[in-house]
Amino acid sequence: MSTPAAHASRPPPAWYRPGTLADALAARAEWGRDLVAMAGCTDLMVGWNAGARRVPSVLDLSALAELRTIEPGPDAVTIGATMSCAGIAAHPVIAARLPMLAASARQTGSVAIQNRATLGGNIMNASPAADNPPVLLAYGARLTLASVRGARTIGYDAFHAGYKRTLAEADELLVSITIPFPPPGAIGYYRKVGTRRAQAISKIALAALVETSGAADGAVVRGARFGFASAGPVPLPAPALSRALHGMPLASIDAGRVAQALAADLSPMDDIRSTAAYRRSVAVNLVLAALQSARREVAQAAYTG
Amino acid sequence: MKVPDDAMAAVAVAATAAAAAPRLGLLGAAVARKDAPAKILGQARYVDDLVRPGMLHGATVRTRCAGGTLERIEFGPGIDWDAFVVVSAADVPGINATQMIEQDQPVLADRCFRHAGEPVLLLAHPDRDLLRAAVEAVTLHEWPEPSPVFSIDDALAQRGQVCPGNVYRDYLMQRGDIAAGEAAAEVVFEGRFETGAQEHVYIEPQGMIAHVDAAGVLVVEGSMQCPYYVLGTLTAVTGRDAGRVRVVHCTTGGGFGGKEEYPSHIAAHAALLSLKAGGRPVKLVYDRSEDMLATPKRHPSRTLVRIGARRDGRLCFMDIDFALDGGAYTTLSPVVLSRGVIHAPGPYACANARVRGRAVATHHPPNGAFRGFGAPQSIFAIEQAMDGLARALGLSPLELRRVNMLRPGDRSVAGQPIDHTTDFDAVLDQALRESGYVAKREAFAASNARNAASGDPLRHGIGLATFHHGAGFTGNGEVVLASEARVRADVDGRVEVVASSSEMGQGNTTTLCQVVAEALGLPLDRVSQAPVDTFDVPDSGPTVASRTCMVVGLIVEQAARRLRAELIEKAGLPASGADEHAFAAACARYLDGHPRLEAQARYEPPANVQWDETVFQGSPYASYAWAAYVAEVEVDLTTCEVALSGFTAVQEVGKVVNPVIAAGQVEGGVVQGIGFALFEKVSWGGNGAMANNRLTNYIIPTSADIPPVRVFFQEQPGGIGPAGAKGLGELPMDGPGPAILSAVNSALGSRIASLPVLPEDVMAAAAGVAS
Amino acid sequence: MRAQAPAAPGPALSFTLNGRNLSSADGSIGAPTMRLLDLLRLHAGQTGTKEGCGEGECGACAVLVDGELVNSCLVPVGQLHGCNVTSIEGLPRDDPLLSAFARAGAAQCGICTPGMVLAARALLERSAQPSLDEVREGLAGNLCRCTGYARIYTAVLDAAAAGASPGTQAGGAPGLPE
Repeated sequence: MSTPAAHASRPPPAWYRPGTLADALAARAEWGRDLVAMAGCTDLMVGWNAGARRVPSVLDLSALAELRTIEPGPDAVTIGATMSCAGIAAHPVIAARLPMLAASARQTGSVAIQNRATLGGNIMNASPAADNPPVLLAYGARLTLASVRGARTIGYDAFHAGYKRTLAEADELLVSITIPFPPPGAIGYYRKVGTRRAQAISKIALAALVETSGAADGAVVRGARFGFASAGPVPLPAPALSRALHGMPLASIDAGRVAQALAADLSPMDDIRSTAAYRRSVAVNLVLAALQSARREVAQAAYTG
Repeated sequence: MKVPDDAMAAVAVAATAAAAAPRLGLLGAAVARKDAPAKILGQARYVDDLVRPGMLHGATVRTRCAGGTLERIEFGPGIDWDAFVVVSAADVPGINATQMIEQDQPVLADRCFRHAGEPVLLLAHPDRDLLRAAVEAVTLHEWPEPSPVFSIDDALAQRGQVCPGNVYRDYLMQRGDIAAGEAAAEVVFEGRFETGAQEHVYIEPQGMIAHVDAAGVLVVEGSMQCPYYVLGTLTAVTGRDAGRVRVVHCTTGGGFGGKEEYPSHIAAHAALLSLKAGGRPVKLVYDRSEDMLATPKRHPSRTLVRIGARRDGRLCFMDIDFALDGGAYTTLSPVVLSRGVIHAPGPYACANARVRGRAVATHHPPNGAFRGFGAPQSIFAIEQAMDGLARALGLSPLELRRVNMLRPGDRSVAGQPIDHTTDFDAVLDQALRESGYVAKREAFAASNARNAASGDPLRHGIGLATFHHGAGFTGNGEVVLASEARVRADVDGRVEVVASSSEMGQGNTTTLCQVVAEALGLPLDRVSQAPVDTFDVPDSGPTVASRTCMVVGLIVEQAARRLRAELIEKAGLPASGADEHAFAAACARYLDGHPRLEAQARYEPPANVQWDETVFQGSPYASYAWAAYVAEVEVDLTTCEVALSGFTAVQEVGKVVNPVIAAGQVEGGVVQGIGFALFEKVSWGGNGAMANNRLTNYIIPTSADIPPVRVFFQEQPGGIGPAGAKGLGELPMDGPGPAILSAVNSALGSRIASLPVLPEDVMAAAAGVAS
Repeated sequence: MRAQAPAAPGPALSFTLNGRNLSSADGSIGAPTMRLLDLLRLHAGQTGTKEGCGEGECGACAVLVDGELVNSCLVPVGQLHGCNVTSIEGLPRDDPLLSAFARAGAAQCGICTPGMVLAARALLERSAQPSLDEVREGLAGNLCRCTGYARIYTAVLDAAAAGASPGTQAGGAPGLPE
């Protein structure tokens, strides 16, 4: 795919609020990122309010009803990019089939933030500390991006190219996020470690989805997908950890194995919210807690089943 | 402004001659706050809500380096500078210094400066967006201080120099013979304890509006605790006398000490801009980032404690070296330090004790008053040391406290005799009973051992802090202040409390009226507090130090009694059985022949309260509130997060004047203390100024973080205030820090010795315990 | 391909504030990028909404948009076309929350109170009889530095017990004294 040059001959409007996706994509094609795409504004306006208040030209996506949707299908849910966190957290299918997403949406800022913040914005703002990306990584979400050139769907795990950089082209908009339902028996674990219990940015967060086979004592990891927040420059999957755990009996996985794998997957740093050492150590503990919870659930299933 | 002497003389009859007003039971009644409706409906006017005709907006340009020399100010291109009002140090007509304890802090830095964030240049313009752009277009060319000092240890070691010696004050309080005490001690504990800076986070940022009125009076209105402090700085800075400067208090959105001293700077800045703009109104309101960057914090502290006891736990000596980081100018550090020194021995009897206290200079922005000022820091240290000594003795923290608690007949280390008005055992007993401390301590020890064996990551702990807090200004402070207040009535019998005590949320517009209504035998709705305006109200002292309800309450009560006596004597008010109608009729009769109906009173210290500041001996406070707090925590070793699972706060405060307001003070203070202990950490940038100066990055507790805080009062009317009331506003700040850290240490078996304790610290400590 | 996007402002923007119609056509709404907070405070004279941080962290600027709680410092007015905005000035005077806040001593300095009342109103709309934990979670975006929150919980629970929404309970809630 070639990258279109967004050399507009006219300056972008100060504020453009298209009524259709086609109009939005046309504007994006003409002005690219000179027209800043906004929906819930909960991240971007924080920047406006600081210092000399430099307000960009805005492509306001909030009138596009087609992006504010939740469409459950037989195998997956497709969520429009401008669906709010509150709408996601309150949706019965998401609560039942994707409970980690309901939980992360409910822990995104406060109630007032959740009413405005969108899932697409949380992804496109590309903060390594964003609350929903770990869950999307663990569930194996796919993103659909659109431009006047057409639409494409890509795996979310490859989307973040570097700190605040993504694979989205300048003329593209994120349209929807498709999240497959986990297979039966898959066990989820989500924990956000924030600076406080609510209205917090994470020190570190983990979402994990573990599939096992075999009976209680001898349960073996058949697949495990992870997503971390605040553990590197972008929301991070942990492919080395997934590989390291594959085929391992749950009972045999120890801290050393997890730590070794995560050393390759994560690159935490010291910043204003925590330290690299804390993040590295808690990342291991959270993975062990996820596996422990998986063991408990397998045992429970064996007992009740 | 003073009331004419004849009016004063007219009411200077003996108040005691009058029969007491009928008792209405207003002291102790949970009456609704008078300021509540306007605040709840959004009608209360805070400074930023005010718009004045032709108003300009002001902004401040600040230094970026941690001290140094200002070489040049460059005004960048692209700005129509002629459209701006520009004020620098050269424009200060009077003394370029705020009028605090010392006059070392310039209102605007001229050439030398001591910290990042120091104001240099003021700008004003009608358009706020253009103003923000102009601030960014100014470049200060600074030669940075080559070796800035950012820690207490470095300041004391004189690795760099802020001012000669780097020490603002050096106090020594001692009693008995330390060497003899040491010789008698069978067990000695030694520790170093530290607390961090804490930001006030009043939800209303600071601000002022200044203008010159038609009569040529400079009027400054805004958010503040101490209108007469502001007045003092304004007269000095502008060179005007007090008759041509007027300070008006706006509804103030929280203070907690943070609006004690800094408002004087903002007022001076707004006034300088307005004066240069020909008297046009100038509004200078900080945004959150500027407020957090520029305004003072709670002093960081480090305390070295050596204490020793006999095997039975009886203290033999205390040797305490207490130091506060005062930042780059003196501000209020001396009084913060003296309070910290006096509270450093805790509520314990010890015949041989020495407390040395120093407020040191660093290149951080100046630190200042914050609820408790100095006491939360030094009480934290002694409480942790008592836990350490108990460990060394093989006693429980409770047993050690029981043995050494100050009891009637004892003298404190300051030399103050302990009277019979507080039964501290009863306070402690109730805290133990309500919290289940003893049983829980045992149960948690057992469950922690079980969990450690089984690999369960949860640990539980419980911690106890016992403390007392002196109310009012320290030592001779109240004598020097000689606070004054008045009560006046109009022809309809409506009464006003006329005092400079400033409502900032703590409730004095209600409690002072309760006191006066009770003294006059009037329903509460007949009494209100007059707007705080230095053209109308006398100097009742600053609104600080847990002194308002107790000290100013006492003064307005006396004034009310004098007013009543005057009406009985000269206007036929029945000495008994008079209701509000009879009162109004008497007021009308009185005012038929007199220009005004007003009575004044001035604070007279109790005879037994004497303090020698030179040797730090005597009775530093007229009243102490006593408390025992218990904190319970759950620590999850998966993440090392500490969750507060319970908090019990029992205190003896003399008389509770308003139970709802008193409980609100304690609950709010406890939660600030919880923040101090578990959440709030100021991160210093490389230039020594606050780096996390945003609410996203400086973390105060939300409702989700706070378990129900259980508050209990005991009342043994022994305070000097109305009906025996004692001050209580600061007390609740003292206990949470030590109680919570004790709980964490008991959960983990750790020896963490500093606050705040964040998950990263817990992790390091847990790793230390494991190895 | 050339976008159809207009470089000039689009059609008139209009919404209601506390029951009053505002429109860009008559100048009562400024630029679409203006913060709702600034529109309220600087243009509409509704200063009951406060600015505590300007970054959506403190909740002092909270208002209701179509009944949902938002931080008005993070809402550009351009997104409000057709919406109903309610600030503290627009809350019915018989809302039981108002009197409950006064009774409980839930307001101290008062700067967080309007936003807190509206957060509580939004919570009671979602859950008429909330548990204490729901109250704690529902108000967690509104910082209060004075009260320690306890009296605010009491007020919200009392108001919930008094009646789910304004004017619905028998006899009406006791009004606030003016």
